[in-house]
Amino acid sequence: MVQAIRSAMDVMLERDDNVVVFGEDVGYFGGVFRCTEGLQAKYGTSRVFDTPISEGGIVGIAVGMGAYGLRPVAEIQFADYFYPAYDQLVSEAARLRYRSAGDFWAPIVVRMPTGGGIYGGQTHSQSPEALFTHVSGLKTVVPSNPQDAKGLLISAIEDDDPVVFLEPKRLYNGPFDGHHDKPIVPWSKHPLGEVADGYYKVPLSKAKIFRAGAELTVLAYGTMVFVAEAAAVEAGIDAEIIDLLTLWPLDLDTIVESVKKTGRCVIVHEATRTSGFGAELMSLVQEHCFYHLEAPIERVTGWDTPYPHALEWDYFPGPARVGDAMKRATSA
Amino acid sequence: MGKNEPPRLTLQVPEPPTRPGDKPDFSYLKLAPAGSVDRPPVHASAAQMHDYAYSLVRVLDDAGNAVGPWAPQVDAELLRNGLRAMMKTRVFDTRMQLAQRQKKASFYMQCLGEEALGVAQGLALGADDMFFPSYRQQGYLIVREMPLVDMMCQILSNSKDSLKGRQLPVMYSARKLGFFSLSGNLGTQFIQAVGWAMASAIKGDSRIASGWIGDGSTAEGDFHYALTFAAVYQAPVILNVVNNQWAISSFQSIAGGAETTFAARGVGYGVPALRVDGNDFLAVYAASLWAIERARSNLGPTLIEWITYRAAAHSTSDDPSKYRPAEDWTSFPLGDPVQRLKQHLIRIGAWSDEEHARTQSALEEEVKAAQKTAESFGTLATGPLPSPSTMFEDVYKEIPEHLRQQRQQAGL
Repeated sequence: MVQAIRSAMDVMLERDDNVVVFGEDVGYFGGVFRCTEGLQAKYGTSRVFDTPISEGGIVGIAVGMGAYGLRPVAEIQFADYFYPAYDQLVSEAARLRYRSAGDFWAPIVVRMPTGGGIYGGQTHSQSPEALFTHVSGLKTVVPSNPQDAKGLLISAIEDDDPVVFLEPKRLYNGPFDGHHDKPIVPWSKHPLGEVADGYYKVPLSKAKIFRAGAELTVLAYGTMVFVAEAAAVEAGIDAEIIDLLTLWPLDLDTIVESVKKTGRCVIVHEATRTSGFGAELMSLVQEHCFYHLEAPIERVTGWDTPYPHALEWDYFPGPARVGDAMKRATSA
Repeated sequence: MGKNEPPRLTLQVPEPPTRPGDKPDFSYLKLAPAGSVDRPPVHASAAQMHDYAYSLVRVLDDAGNAVGPWAPQVDAELLRNGLRAMMKTRVFDTRMQLAQRQKKASFYMQCLGEEALGVAQGLALGADDMFFPSYRQQGYLIVREMPLVDMMCQILSNSKDSLKGRQLPVMYSARKLGFFSLSGNLGTQFIQAVGWAMASAIKGDSRIASGWIGDGSTAEGDFHYALTFAAVYQAPVILNVVNNQWAISSFQSIAGGAETTFAARGVGYGVPALRVDGNDFLAVYAASLWAIERARSNLGPTLIEWITYRAAAHSTSDDPSKYRPAEDWTSFPLGDPVQRLKQHLIRIGAWSDEEHARTQSALEEEVKAAQKTAESFGTLATGPLPSPSTMFEDVYKEIPEHLRQQRQQAGL
């Protein structure tokens, strides 16, 4: 997935002189996760460059550059580091078009690795997507595989609104299904690891049926798509898994159609539970599918605690917990 | 208590030198006579610029003469234009303040006493540059001839408000005039100005940016971000700090102005800095030109601290008589920018008391007429307001499905 994300930036740097890429350690070194490796050598230091350790500054300059007419792609080294930049994103990038009635806008992409499972402790493991979906004017994207990641990132860069692009870091090297005690399958052995060369887009605000099924609908994104798949297989449940891909603006039609068909719904995310994005999904399913529901909607999430370092597998909503929820939902 | 124990610590909380009822005292301001500071070459290094952060660039002396190396070579017509724009700004402010008191607008902010800053820099910057304002540089829009009716419609939030009633009064946006959308959050736009300037450098263009912040907001992280990024990338930007002594009721010492100057912040970042008399139109114009030339010549950023005084209340929601002496402004040692430029123009034979009075009357008529027209398009109190259906536009470039539905639910 790292190569797919790099390829998206490579393609866009090549196609559009206005695309610039920057962040901490992204230049000469190529990023701590190697997503920008080789790009500075190819496109020069004025288009791919290192920044000071200053997330507020990184997003602040992105807003100014976007207003100038560039298409900045800013990397925040870990989503956990994003918070100093929240004001620049929420008060500035997200509202610039609105407050100026279209006089100015900031077509920026802010990429950041999200989620846990790498023994990163509470400062390298968080999933803050709900802090972005709550903000009017932002688009929030979470890819789950290399094919979609590349096409979605290209769409995000070409989009004229600010896009938060959350990259599940546990998926960088392969389709991790939550079984942390088993060896990781590399993307090269998974069909979704096949990434076409060159330019292609995967549309924003369009979910995909990741696995078709009749018994139950699972709403998931990022790492949890593969966790849900493993859980369904292990629990022997014919679950339809929807990979949301873009959290907001949401593809509600795909969700509603599936839940109306199955009558049962399990929502899965790694982020903390309370006021998490799952709460919004739950409300929407309730509002739109109430008369089709056969069972209470289930939510499987990280616990409402900080991400505990040594205990992360007790925190992580793995296949066993997801499978239990599926069983509850199908037996009710 | 044992003999060798250290003394009990105490917390210092800075206080202004004077409070209501006290005689104004500006002895804390480090001043310098007009003409006493030399004008360094624009390619001077940050190290060579050290002392300028602690001195005070002034051109106009007490008698209205333009003296010293910073006196700009400028023709009288530009100065007359500047004076008229400052006067017009003041008339405009007076009328809009009154309109707010009559409940025609929700809010207003005057720039009384600070008119030279927006006006002089508005004349100095190029047409393609970008000005990232704080909320007291309406003089920039006036000198660049934004139609008064358009400004007023924004203030009145009426049916012709170009911002569709979304922003507090005075939070203008005027891309065509090189005036960035005013946020209303403090300090956030300082770093955006740096990003905009970096973009110009990335593209190999020749445009520069000018960012504005108040003494109070220099305490925000955005100030530090801006100085750091501007220094690191040598961005073609002017970073302006308006030290008008007050941030609502907080004296500038609460933002860290007591022990050093705000210009001196630049020294630590390696950004050349000037400390300038902000009520001296000629000094503002000359220092702006110096910083513009530096930026345009690819020599990087300049930090400028403008010493001025916020003569009016912070906003229509504020009452300064509660926290500072009533006659503070009239005792301010750097005076009134309008009176000082008027005095200079009369001294060089380019203006007269009669012309001043005539101009004043004409401006009052012009502003009054504009207000009449603007009010014909509505006021906040009486309407018509912008159409509520526009509320859902511009959140995104295209209206997404959920907002279409919400608009429908709202019956719009």
